Amino acid sequence: MGKLHAEKVNVYYGDHHIIKDVNLSIQENTVTAFIGPSGCGKSTFLRLLNRMNDYIENFRKTGDILIDGNDIYDKKVRVEELRKRVGMVFQKPNPFPKTIYENVVYGLRIQGIKDKSKLDKVVEDSLKQVALWNEVKDKLHQSALALSGGQQQRLCIARTIAVEPTIILMDEPASALDPISSAKIEDLISELKEKFTIIIVTHNMQQASRVSDKTAFFYLGELVEYGATDQIFTKPVKELTQNYITGRFG
Amino acid sequence: MKQKFDINRFKDNAFKYFGIACTLFGLAVLSVFLINILIEGLGRLNWQFFTSLPSRKPEKAGILICLLGSIWIMFLTALIAVPLGVASGIFLEEYGKKNKFASFIEINISNLAGVPSIIYGLLALEIFVRILGLGKSLLAGSLTLSLLILPIIIVSTREAIKAVPKSIREASYALGATRWQTIWFQVLPAASGGLLTGVILAISRAVGESAPLIVIGALLYITTIPTSPMDDFAVMPIQIFNWLSRPQKGFIENATAAIIVLLLITFMMNGLAIYLRNRWQKKIKW
Amino acid sequence: MVNKKEKIIESILMLCATVSVLTTIGILWVLISESSSFFSKVSIKDFLTDTQWTPLFAEKHFGILPLISGTLLTTFIAILIALPTGLSIAIYLNEYAPKRFRKIVKPLLEVLAAIPTVVYGYFALMVVTPFLQKFIPDMAGFNALSPGIVMGIMIIPIISSLSEDALYSVPKALREASYGMGATRLQTSFKVLVPAATSGITVSIILAISRAIGETMIVAIAAGQQPRLTLNPLVPIETITTYIVQVSLGDVVQGSLEYQTIFAAGIALFVLTFILNNISYFIKKKFQEKYE
Repeated sequence: MGKLHAEKVNVYYGDHHIIKDVNLSIQENTVTAFIGPSGCGKSTFLRLLNRMNDYIENFRKTGDILIDGNDIYDKKVRVEELRKRVGMVFQKPNPFPKTIYENVVYGLRIQGIKDKSKLDKVVEDSLKQVALWNEVKDKLHQSALALSGGQQQRLCIARTIAVEPTIILMDEPASALDPISSAKIEDLISELKEKFTIIIVTHNMQQASRVSDKTAFFYLGELVEYGATDQIFTKPVKELTQNYITGRFG
Repeated sequence: MKQKFDINRFKDNAFKYFGIACTLFGLAVLSVFLINILIEGLGRLNWQFFTSLPSRKPEKAGILICLLGSIWIMFLTALIAVPLGVASGIFLEEYGKKNKFASFIEINISNLAGVPSIIYGLLALEIFVRILGLGKSLLAGSLTLSLLILPIIIVSTREAIKAVPKSIREASYALGATRWQTIWFQVLPAASGGLLTGVILAISRAVGESAPLIVIGALLYITTIPTSPMDDFAVMPIQIFNWLSRPQKGFIENATAAIIVLLLITFMMNGLAIYLRNRWQKKIKW
Repeated sequence: MVNKKEKIIESILMLCATVSVLTTIGILWVLISESSSFFSKVSIKDFLTDTQWTPLFAEKHFGILPLISGTLLTTFIAILIALPTGLSIAIYLNEYAPKRFRKIVKPLLEVLAAIPTVVYGYFALMVVTPFLQKFIPDMAGFNALSPGIVMGIMIIPIISSLSEDALYSVPKALREASYGMGATRLQTSFKVLVPAATSGITVSIILAISRAIGETMIVAIAAGQQPRLTLNPLVPIETITTYIVQVSLGDVVQGSLEYQTIFAAGIALFVLTFILNNISYFIKKKFQEKYE
């Protein structure tokens, strides 16, 4: 569970051709990094996978995106169900202006789950998985906004995994954080990979090489190269990749 | 060259004082008015004044009925206008972006906000009082005022909702919430401070209105306390108006005392609204 | 399943929003149907050109001009007070005032707009008129000057608040260019900022005028009930709004010609404010993109 396959994917915003003919397959329980200069389409492509682009005016897509063999853009697909299987963590931590407890259980409440013992358990499990439990167990009913940036982001990850997705999308999850918090997030990603398939967009190449199994390099909407992280960073096939890795541009 | 510089500087400073004067002018005149009211009316305020019914003798007359009438109007109007207004505001702000019909509604609301309040009275006279046969009842009165303050509530609802950051919605959608779940569980609670402020200000406006209610005939000499929405009624502003048109000096004094009560209510509500708005604005600095 | 619920909720919300459309339709229908009944008995020409308005007297005249002149006279006096004051306040708060002053003063000015109009009516009749009579002994107890002044004070926040927003949104670059050349705040304000913010300021003035035209209680209490085609602010007059109140307070038979006069007056009032509001809406929309 958590296998993703994209074939001949193109994205248009009105007349702008944002994503050009991308083919990509991602295995379960891997961490894949999307890298590339600003505006290359990596975030746009990421958002295809949980259909967050649906809200954008003039958004149009061609090609197929299959998760575990199912076309996620099929008319019969309920986008809310999709998002329970494909979670997302955003660049700037965005906890709800509610208590820590309510943040974590929100995804369950909207499914109608009310059993307090179940909710309590999920809160404890999720917060433990993101190594936040000990820090907040005595203030679960205080505002989430009182937490530090790094803690808030881990909280956002906790609420995402509380819903038990198979894939977790992360859009530059550490770029708004200080280096120590950022490192904690990276450790977390390595641990989470055992249970989830993770796709992380990052402009930090060191982070990508530390954390991911495979890396996809995007440039101007095209998937230039995709392969094992080691190989991409030491022996890239395309000259463009080589130039980006060595900092010639971007 | 030095002389030119001085003249401009002088004018600049002169305007500064003129500006301060203008700013204080309105407030100063208001203070004069308020002090005058307090001097003229404070003496008349006593328990008898609050608990008496209207009377042909100024010393015997009191504001019991019209005060209760105003309270009735306040609650009935809120009951009608708030759900309608908030729902309209939610529709226009959350669902109306791609809707052509929504822009048409927007233009309508913009127009209605500028329609003089007495015109609402004419509308109510024909439709509520005559055609629907509601007569000069509390229900007719509160329906009238509801329509009047609807644009205010709609606009402030929209502003409050607009202030909720997009990131909160995104987080909610990303967890699999539907649009309505997002609105109900995240957007509305986050916007509640601003919403409440707008509602209180709108109701405060309704309590002070008289023109439309005069047109529908709410200026009866009423001697019974209203107990149901279909009863006839009187409200504070109209009672004040009524007393002001009587020649006897005693009634003028009654009017000033009633004005103090009305202003107290108005200032309390406005003060509450401003307090809530400040608290809410501090809270939403996420 | 859930999609159905979502659709139902959306429909309910839309229905609520439709109430405002129904209100507009209602207003138009009521005004037009009653006035057309009126205009079947009174010619539009008479309505617009007769210089007397005496529908309740034995000898009936139905010229709206006296009521319009009363309305415009009080409005004019109000604007005379509110425009220079409101604009100066806007400029002062925008360019001169320290932030704290602005923070305290702005909500205080809003208080002016929150006071029930009956109370303003009282002030006009019982405070301003006697006060003015000390200097102008010929002034009548009911006149256009007092309510005009009081209305002016009431609408100051409309002009000051909206004009200030307009001045505030003038791009910083223009401001800096002017100061960079050594201009004073006064010069910058009047030569650069005000011209740049003209559309916003104009909108605020139009809205203030519209508000004054539609005002009822202040004039009903202090301006009198004598329809008079005059420019003299010291004598009793009657505005469109006061006339409607006057009839509502009396015992006019429903369906009679006298009854229909309030709708004829109403439609005249509606047309005036409608035109003004739409002009301001149009100006706002047209010039909104200018600096975006």
